[in-house]
Amino acid sequence: MALDDTKRDFKVIGQRVVRPDGIDKVTGKAQYGADLILPGMLWGAVVRSPHAHAKILKIDASEALKLDGVEAVVTRADFVEQKGDNFADNLDNIMAGKKALYDGHAVAAVAATSQRLANKAAKLVKVEYEILPHVTEVDEAMKADAPVLHEGRKYTGAPAGSGPNVTHYQDYGHGDLDAGFAKADMVIERSFKSEGVHQGYIEPHACVANYNTDGRGETWVCTQGPFMIRDFTAAFNGFNISQVRVTPSEIGGGFGGKAHIFIEPVAAALSKKTGRPVKMAMTRSEVLRATGPTISGHIDVKIGMKKDGTITAGYLGMRAQGGAYPSGTVDMATQAAFAAYDLENVKSEGWNVVTNRPKEAAYRAPGAPLGVWGVESVLDELCQELNLDPMEVRIKNAAKKGTKSSYGPTFDDMGLLTALEAAKAHPHWNAPLDGPNKGRGLSCGFWFNFGGATSVSLQINSDGTASVTEGNPDIGGSRASISMMAAETLGLPFEKVRTIVADTNSIGFNQETNGSRVTFAVGLATIKAAEAAIKVMCGRAAKIWGIDEEAVDWVDGAAVPSGPNAGDFPPMTLAEIAKVAVQTGGPIAGHHEVTADGAGVSFGVHIADVEVDPETGKTTVLRYTAFQDAGKAIHPDYVEGQMQGGAVQGIGWALNEEYIYGADGRLQNDGFLDYRIPVASDLPMIDAVILEIPNPGHPYGVRGVGETGIVPPLAAIGNAVSRATGVRMTKLPMSPPTVLKAIS
Amino acid sequence: MVAVRLLGSMRSAIGGAEMVEVEAANTIQMLNALKREYPVLTDIIEGGVSVAIDGLVYENAWFTEIKPDSEVVIMPLMKGG
Repeated sequence: MALDDTKRDFKVIGQRVVRPDGIDKVTGKAQYGADLILPGMLWGAVVRSPHAHAKILKIDASEALKLDGVEAVVTRADFVEQKGDNFADNLDNIMAGKKALYDGHAVAAVAATSQRLANKAAKLVKVEYEILPHVTEVDEAMKADAPVLHEGRKYTGAPAGSGPNVTHYQDYGHGDLDAGFAKADMVIERSFKSEGVHQGYIEPHACVANYNTDGRGETWVCTQGPFMIRDFTAAFNGFNISQVRVTPSEIGGGFGGKAHIFIEPVAAALSKKTGRPVKMAMTRSEVLRATGPTISGHIDVKIGMKKDGTITAGYLGMRAQGGAYPSGTVDMATQAAFAAYDLENVKSEGWNVVTNRPKEAAYRAPGAPLGVWGVESVLDELCQELNLDPMEVRIKNAAKKGTKSSYGPTFDDMGLLTALEAAKAHPHWNAPLDGPNKGRGLSCGFWFNFGGATSVSLQINSDGTASVTEGNPDIGGSRASISMMAAETLGLPFEKVRTIVADTNSIGFNQETNGSRVTFAVGLATIKAAEAAIKVMCGRAAKIWGIDEEAVDWVDGAAVPSGPNAGDFPPMTLAEIAKVAVQTGGPIAGHHEVTADGAGVSFGVHIADVEVDPETGKTTVLRYTAFQDAGKAIHPDYVEGQMQGGAVQGIGWALNEEYIYGADGRLQNDGFLDYRIPVASDLPMIDAVILEIPNPGHPYGVRGVGETGIVPPLAAIGNAVSRATGVRMTKLPMSPPTVLKAIS
Repeated sequence: MVAVRLLGSMRSAIGGAEMVEVEAANTIQMLNALKREYPVLTDIIEGGVSVAIDGLVYENAWFTEIKPDSEVVIMPLMKGG
């Protein structure tokens, strides 16, 4: 079915229909995490460690509890201790146990009758600390004599002889590096350094928990993963999962950072203790100090190239930190680094180390932008040194169907070469870039794309419309794309289908909205659910006509006899069948539950033009074009939006965003005035060029598009700035002081 | 028998072999065979891995068929953003 269907003419898919969430969002009717107010509700506030590393000797909440209106205080003692690294680390992250491990680590929380009172009470909670030496830098943390975050903990993934904070090592590749480098006409080695960056979603984390002392209740929350919130909330509070109902609100950005647990079990604990609803909403400072950010670290790259542009060997080594708990994100950085190229000799390896920083959270193609930045930067420098066209070199070495990838598997159908050819032919690549201090940069990017556990339910309504219920918060237009796939399958116009994101009691389990999985996996399940409903409708038509069910087909939204031998009946439309559903056997619905696999890989190519002011070091992005394989763009507006959003976040990562820690281990820039994300006036229009190379693993050819867009910008901008200044940039962000220092 | 390409940490654990052969017709049989024949890999496998079979990556698919000539690669458990 898959490849045949991807070649057909679609009626709904591919249209730019009016987005169904638009009116609610522009009129302010959309309900976000902090918008819910319940009768008798309390407000919560978190007491956070001001120290990067400290033993918690004593917590005294007596003064806080004396205030009239302060109803409860919780500490780690109010939670159920967990077994297993994932649950135990997440519990320790949302509420510190014996030690605070970073500036901003939660150590207690209070609930009071107003936010102002809760904040006042939080300040009255006395925490006695024994301050310990801290470490926030990767290479310092890797040393044998570094301050130890988790004394006595053994990490099975750490190589023998590693320092006590090294949690993980992995390597990938094939071939013979030495032999490959020996064949090269030129070999370049570079070391790069990045800083942590935050996902920067506009809506801070917020929730309302409403539980009874018997453990039954519900949570309203802005999240990418309501089932994840449910499971952690239940475990940490000793609730039965069936008694915990989580309803996802509208979401004001997530980008991976809301696929994690933070204040939600704390609000539930305060609610359980008081028997009243409790609202918690983070401030921006709390978001920056205690959620997100990405991994960061040092990247060493060595690439060999022949004079004709053939890459003979490539090596990348990354030493990364993922905050105060073990992280495997360096794996994705090292796997993605060389994925765009067909290489005989390649190796990438990565180490992760814990530091006194917040626990790393996923951010759009986690890790991949960093690995790709290192590789694409050295490739660009080789092209400069060997006087080669960077586009032709990438085309020459591009991975394609049948390429054994640098991380192991052999690629199937994919769109990298198509994207490169499109970029080569595009007016942007061929436009002159005149004047001093200007440069043009190019980069490829890659992301794996995922599927995962998914449930969808679809009802046929009595008026001939359809309602789809799914469980993945809509962070990129999925309600529109799911409705479009349902409409296409059923043969209905888009306007006759509505998709909602349900609470955890109203639909089967769903993994988080992440990994660029929703349009692929939920779409696949929606198509199957619609097909199940179609089968029922064909059966009803067969009963009405008095013929075999197998003798009925579904064409353009109606049941029709499959051929002359089936009988001479006019088409019976979905609306006609739905109208008599109760009389012909009962309500008509379809559902599908699956762990979806077969998400096709995704590649993108970005071109950036910049101008660097040699007096200030400020970089202005003059023009930017992104090319990406979407498999099949269900709703092109949303696909373009994902490409543009990823590019903008990557530009911010490249030029301005960074976590800055003081010598005391405290975050110095915990607000958007000092942590600078790009705003509209910083940017040109991001031109998005969608390419469609169908994914054979999806009925309509869909590939996830949410993450690849953030992968190329670091190197595209870095290569442009390097060419504009004549100096190879090796440190992120390329903020004005960094660029000035590099060129002076 | 199917040939399984191992992660770097798995290779190190069993003494450097990049490929091993086990008797298996699906994913769970392959992972159980690896644990049975190389007990040192048990912690890594039970800690969570992805498996690429003929170019497609699977996370939780016990019964995905593996043919004798399938390309099988063990990968780390991955997450997205």
